[in-house]
Amino acid sequence: MKYITEYRNAELVKKTISQIKNIVTRPWTLMEICGGQTHSIIRHGLDQLLPDEIELVHGPGCPVCVTPLELIDKALAIASRPDVIFTSYGDMLRVPGSRGDLFSIRAEGGDVRVVYSPLDALTIARENPEKEVVFFAIGFETTAPANVMSVLQAQRLGLENYSILVSHVCVPPAIRAILGSPHNRVQGFLAAGHVCAVMGYWEYLPLAEEYQIPITVTGFEPLDIARGILSTLEMLESGQVAVKNAYKRLVTQEGNTSAQKIIAQVFEECDRKWRGIGTIPKSGWRLRPEFAQFNAEEKFDLQDIQTEESPLCIAGEILQGLKKPRQCPAFGKECTPEHPLGATMVSDEGACAAYYNYRVVD
Amino acid sequence: MTTDIQSPICAMPHRHTEKIVLGHGSGGKMMTDLITQTFQPPLANPALDAGNDAGVVQPPPHTKLAISTDAHVVSPLFFPGGDIGRLAICGTVNDVAMMGATPLYLTASFILEEGLEISILEKVVASMQSAAEEANVQVIAGDTKVVEKGKADGLYISTSGVGVVIAAHPVGGECAKPGDVVIVSGTIGDHGIAVLEARGDLGFQTQLKSDVAPLNHLIREMLNVSDQVRVLRDPTRGGVASALNEIAQQSGVCVTLNESAIPVRPSVAAACEILGFDPLYIANEGKLVAIVGPEDAPKILDIMRQTRYGEDAVIIGEVQESPAGRLLMKTALGTTRVVDVLAGELLPRIC
Repeated sequence: MKYITEYRNAELVKKTISQIKNIVTRPWTLMEICGGQTHSIIRHGLDQLLPDEIELVHGPGCPVCVTPLELIDKALAIASRPDVIFTSYGDMLRVPGSRGDLFSIRAEGGDVRVVYSPLDALTIARENPEKEVVFFAIGFETTAPANVMSVLQAQRLGLENYSILVSHVCVPPAIRAILGSPHNRVQGFLAAGHVCAVMGYWEYLPLAEEYQIPITVTGFEPLDIARGILSTLEMLESGQVAVKNAYKRLVTQEGNTSAQKIIAQVFEECDRKWRGIGTIPKSGWRLRPEFAQFNAEEKFDLQDIQTEESPLCIAGEILQGLKKPRQCPAFGKECTPEHPLGATMVSDEGACAAYYNYRVVD
Repeated sequence: MTTDIQSPICAMPHRHTEKIVLGHGSGGKMMTDLITQTFQPPLANPALDAGNDAGVVQPPPHTKLAISTDAHVVSPLFFPGGDIGRLAICGTVNDVAMMGATPLYLTASFILEEGLEISILEKVVASMQSAAEEANVQVIAGDTKVVEKGKADGLYISTSGVGVVIAAHPVGGECAKPGDVVIVSGTIGDHGIAVLEARGDLGFQTQLKSDVAPLNHLIREMLNVSDQVRVLRDPTRGGVASALNEIAQQSGVCVTLNESAIPVRPSVAAACEILGFDPLYIANEGKLVAIVGPEDAPKILDIMRQTRYGEDAVIIGEVQESPAGRLLMKTALGTTRVVDVLAGELLPRIC
C-alpha cells in the first residue's frame, strides 16, 4: 500500500527515534491531538521506543468520545421513532447514552443503519421517501465537508425527508482551552493531520504565537508520528516557537479551500459542549438558519431530554491530558469495551479503549 | 347458433414448482415432493434414501466420536468463492476435523423463507453436494421448515456432524504448551472481506474470493506426520485473534504473534485500512490455526504446503508461559502489545 507501508518502515522509525534520543536534554510533555494518532501510537507501541524524557498525553481529538451526552440521547430519541431511518458511522452505535445505546434501539425495533458516508444516507433517503432519514453528523473538521455536501445535495435534489443531527467540533478552540487551563502540562502539540488536510494550518499560527508553544502538523503512521515528535522536540530544545508541517504529502498551509468554502456556506460557529470537558466557546459548528429544514433538532420535538453521566468515569480529565486511563479506578473493572461507562472506552480512537485493547495488564 | 355446454371444470391447482410457499413445510405432499425432488437426488446415500426419521449408520468399532453443530446465516446467499451451501458443509466438517477427527456424517436443517425461488435452493443443494463430495462426508438426515415471508432472510441452514477421532493423542484448545509454535494455514481475512464486498458495503472492488473450504484432508495429513499437533482451530467469526485468545485462556498460556509474519493479501489489508478493521478479527472459513510442538513444526509445515488448502502455511508465533491467558503481538517496530478479544460487533471507524 503506497503511502502506508513506507511510513511503517521499522528501520526509518528507529532512525528517527535515535535522532530524538540524541537531542533530548530534559523532560517534555507533548500532546497528540487526534484519537487516530493515539490509536496508532499505542497499537504500534511507539511510546515504548521513546526516551523516558518524552511523555505523550492523549488529546481530545476522538469525535466519538467528545460528542456530548445530550446529543447521544437526542440521537436515541430520534432513532426510536417508527417513522425514522437513523444512519450513523459504525462506532457511534456503541456509545452509551443516559439509557442504552443505538444498538439497544435497534434491538427494540428502531431502524438504525451503519453507513460509510453521509452520501449513503442520502441514497437511503431517496429510496425511502415515506421515511424520515437522519444522519448523525458528528466529527471534527475532517468529516465536515462530506456532511455539508450531503445537505447541499439534499437541497439540490429537493429532498424533504433528509436531515442531519449535528455535533461538529473544531480543534483550535480545544487547544486554546487546554492551554488556558491552570492545570495545563502540555508544552508542544502534534496537530491532527487529517483536520489540517481540510483546514490547513493557518489557524494554528496565532495560537503558537499567543501561547508561545511549538506545533507540528503530524500524520498517523508510526514514521509520521516519530517525525512529528522530532520536529516539535527540535523546536522545544532550541526555544523556537513555530508551526511546522511534518505531513506534507497531504497538508498545505491554506488547506482545501473548496472544502472550507462549502463548510462556511452551510455551517456557522457556535459554542459546543464537549463530553467530559464542558462547554468551550465557539468550538463547534451548527447549521446556518437558512438550512433549518435539514436540522434534525428542529425537525423533531426533542424536549425533556434528561442526561445522566456515570459518576465513576474520568473521561474529562483523560481528554484534557490530566490523567492516563490507568489512573481511573473503574478502568478494566466496571468500565470495559463491552460495558463502557464513558465514550473514551468505546471508539478504537478513545484513549481508554486503546490502552485496554493494546496494553498488557500486569 | 348452438352453444356447446361443457361440464364444469375445476381449475388445476398451481403446482408451486418455482417458489417456496408455506405448503412446502406442511408435512404433506408438497413437502415430500420438495424432499424427493430437490434434496434427495443430489445428496443421495443409503441412510438418507431410506427416508426414515433418522439416518442409521455403523460407526467403526472402538472409536471416539467428535460431534458438532453449526447454524449458517449469510447475506448474500452467494458470494465470490462460495455460497451458504458450501459454507454449511465446510463449517461443520471443519469444526469436527479440528478435534483431530475424520468427519463422516452430517445432518442438515433448512429454514426457508416463503417466496424463495426453488432454483436458488437447488443451486445451494448442488453446492452442498459438491462440498460434501470434496470432504468425503454424507448428509444422512435432514429437515425443512418454511417461515412466512419476512421472517427469515431467504434461507438458513443448520448442520450437525459426526466424525471419528483419528488422532492418537489429545487434540484440543487446552493442549498448548510453552515452547510450541503457532501455524496458520494461509492468508487471513479473505472470507469476511469477500462477503462484505458481495454485500456492496465496501464501495470499491477487490478481486477477492472467500476461502470457504473443507480442511479435513489437510488435518489428516498433519496428524499422519506428527503426534505433536496439539491444538487445531478454525478462526471463523472473530478471526485469528479471537481463536488464539480462546486457546491462550483454555491452556493457561501466553501466545505471542509476530506481526511481520502474518499473511494478509494486499486487497484485504487495503480494505481493512479503509474501514478501520484489523485483519486479525476478520472471519475465515477455509483456514486453520495449529499449535504444534517445535521439533515437528518443520515437517508439519512441509506436509501442509503440499496440500491444496495449506500451500501458504506459515509460522506466525509461539507459546510462552506468561502472562497466562493473553494473546500478545510483537510489532514490526519490535514493541509488544496486547491483542484482545473483540468487545462486540466489528464496527467501521468514523475517520
